[in-house]
Amino acid sequence: MSVIVFAEHNENIFKKSSFEAISYGKDLADKLNTNCVAVAIGCSDTNALSNLGKYGASKVLNATGNTLKVFEAAAFAKAFCEVAQSQSGNVVIISNTYNGKSLAPRVAARMNASIVSGIVAMADTTSGFSVKKSCFSNKAFTYVQMKEANKVLALVPNSYPAKESGSSVTPENVSVAVSDADIKTISKSISTVKGKVPLTEAEVVVSGGRGMKGPENWGMIEELAEWLGAATACSKPVADMDWRPHSEHVGQTGITIKPNLYMAIGISGAIQHLAGVGSSKVICVINKDPEAPFFKAADYGIVGDAFEVLPQLIERAKQLKA
Amino acid sequence: MKILVCISVVPDTTTKITFTDANSKFNTAGVQFIVNPYDELALTKALELTEQYGGTVTVINVGTDTEPVIRKALAIGATDAIRVNAEPKDAMFVAAQIAAQAKAGGFDLVFTGRESIDYNGGMVAGLVAEMLDWPLLNVVTKIEVNGNTVLATRDIDGGKEDLECQLPCVASAQKDLCEPRIPNMRGIMGARTKPLNVVEPFAGFDFADYHLYELPPAKQGVRLIDPANAGELIDLLHNEKKVI
Ligand SMILES: Cc1cc2nc3c(=O)[nH]c(=O)nc-3n(C[C@H](O)[C@H](O)[C@H](O)COP(=O)(O)OP(=O)(O)OC[C@H]3O[C@@H](n4cnc5c(N)ncnc54)[C@H](O)[C@@H]3O)c2cc1C
Ligand SMILES: Nc1ncnc2c1ncn2[C@@H]1O[C@H](COP(=O)(O)O)[C@@H](O)[C@H]1O
Repeated sequence: MSVIVFAEHNENIFKKSSFEAISYGKDLADKLNTNCVAVAIGCSDTNALSNLGKYGASKVLNATGNTLKVFEAAAFAKAFCEVAQSQSGNVVIISNTYNGKSLAPRVAARMNASIVSGIVAMADTTSGFSVKKSCFSNKAFTYVQMKEANKVLALVPNSYPAKESGSSVTPENVSVAVSDADIKTISKSISTVKGKVPLTEAEVVVSGGRGMKGPENWGMIEELAEWLGAATACSKPVADMDWRPHSEHVGQTGITIKPNLYMAIGISGAIQHLAGVGSSKVICVINKDPEAPFFKAADYGIVGDAFEVLPQLIERAKQLKA
Repeated sequence: MKILVCISVVPDTTTKITFTDANSKFNTAGVQFIVNPYDELALTKALELTEQYGGTVTVINVGTDTEPVIRKALAIGATDAIRVNAEPKDAMFVAAQIAAQAKAGGFDLVFTGRESIDYNGGMVAGLVAEMLDWPLLNVVTKIEVNGNTVLATRDIDGGKEDLECQLPCVASAQKDLCEPRIPNMRGIMGARTKPLNVVEPFAGFDFADYHLYELPPAKQGVRLIDPANAGELIDLLHNEKKVI
């Protein structure tokens, strides 16, 4: 028995969510009196791999093979399960990133495992194996008993702290029996926003709504975001009117995020908007209407005109970072 | 092309969420149930594809009291429907039912939503794909079919990926895929007489038990900051909350 964590990397750079997943796996392994093994696929940077030990992996395995260069759910699931099986792994932790969402169910089906996604806290192993997950689009939580011996836990990024509790380990490469025939989808091209923090991974998000009046006013949002090292987001109507790209739209029908800080500027706080941002750790709302529903969900609020408040925030953020 | 569209039946997006029986059950009193919004996109896209290339669209739901909502999917334009007569206990159970029906019915494409807005699992598509050993096009904003080849664009962290696979495959719909269709009067009338086959579930797969619910803790109450001294907010976030 062991806890196996999928360590996801992008061109040899491991994601912060993978460090969180490993820390989670380590703490869970301690509860279960077993060890935590990190499994990477197709990584060619030994230093990056050995670094995974710092977050609590007692062993780091890297599945290698020509077919494992680009993420492909079916081939990766096969490779991952082969390595997991060699370690008698029966509890699997995978972060709920986009790739994780494709990998986790394929792994669970191969292992005949209980699967729960959207997990936000450490499992409770005192009676059975119970996990807490968010549901109803972040409006509630539910506790789920995972009844099978094999389990796949898909963890929400930014729900569990990445802790440097261990030390680096020497990674081992393992070759797996995965061939071209296992690849079911062919990647044609990948386009990612370069040089910007992706919204799904950002710890701080500055977001604007219809109260910003027009796309020409987004310079202020971007400037504040830059000083805070934040990603930018927007409400649905803002994306619908093409003031901002759809990739920035957060909420029920947009992206769900859980940053440490969400700053909402000129956003009313409709229930569908809150569904995507309501579980952010700290929420600040700037709105000129004291009755705006968003204030009920906020930790800090400024009742005022965005065009007067924003320059002050930018000025202070500048001083802070200087 | 034979397309199977998976429909989950969920509370309307504006529903106030409450629980009964010592927080062990979702309170359905007064709740309006709808076709999961992402499944509406999958259904609309499936209809567009069959209008283009010919074929049929069957909707499937695993559920017990869901006929009115299934009829709505028929009103939007599906050819026929299957209801697997069982509580949708967990994703593994639901996926196993769908995979079995997909195989038995000789479908070319199984289309789901990106996630259901009640349990937000987002797992059914991947489970069905693995159970059938089919390719998975997960969270797609674009899908085209060319003979046996499917081209799709899926969301990835911070961007998009274009990918290609062969039919049969499983795909899950993300917003921007299309504009959802709404039923018209003729559709609603016709839906009443369209075939809805009720089938009994396959046994097994009792893997997870949703036993307790809780609402997020109420916020402490907002701390208001003087707009004339707005910079203080930055100081508080830095010194007190340590988030910047
Ligand atoms: C099925 C469904 C799904 C939806 N999904 C989403 C979703 O995913 N995401 C989403 O965001 N919405 C979604 N919506 C829409 C949602 O209900 C709201 O309409 C939307 O969030 C409102 O956007 P807003 O707050 O930017 O605009 P508004 O509601 O117009 O609010 C603008 C706010 O700005 C304030 N304001 C105006 N001028 C200033 C100023 N100078 N300074 C400061 N404040 C100012 C106003 O007081 C107001 O509160 C959905 C709706 C439905 C029905
Ligand atoms: N009970 C169900 N019956 C049919 N399809 C379902 C059911 N539950 C989920 N699905 C499908 O699977 C998708 C993802 O659901 P989930 O994994 O529950 O988030 C949904 O958008 C539906 O297409």
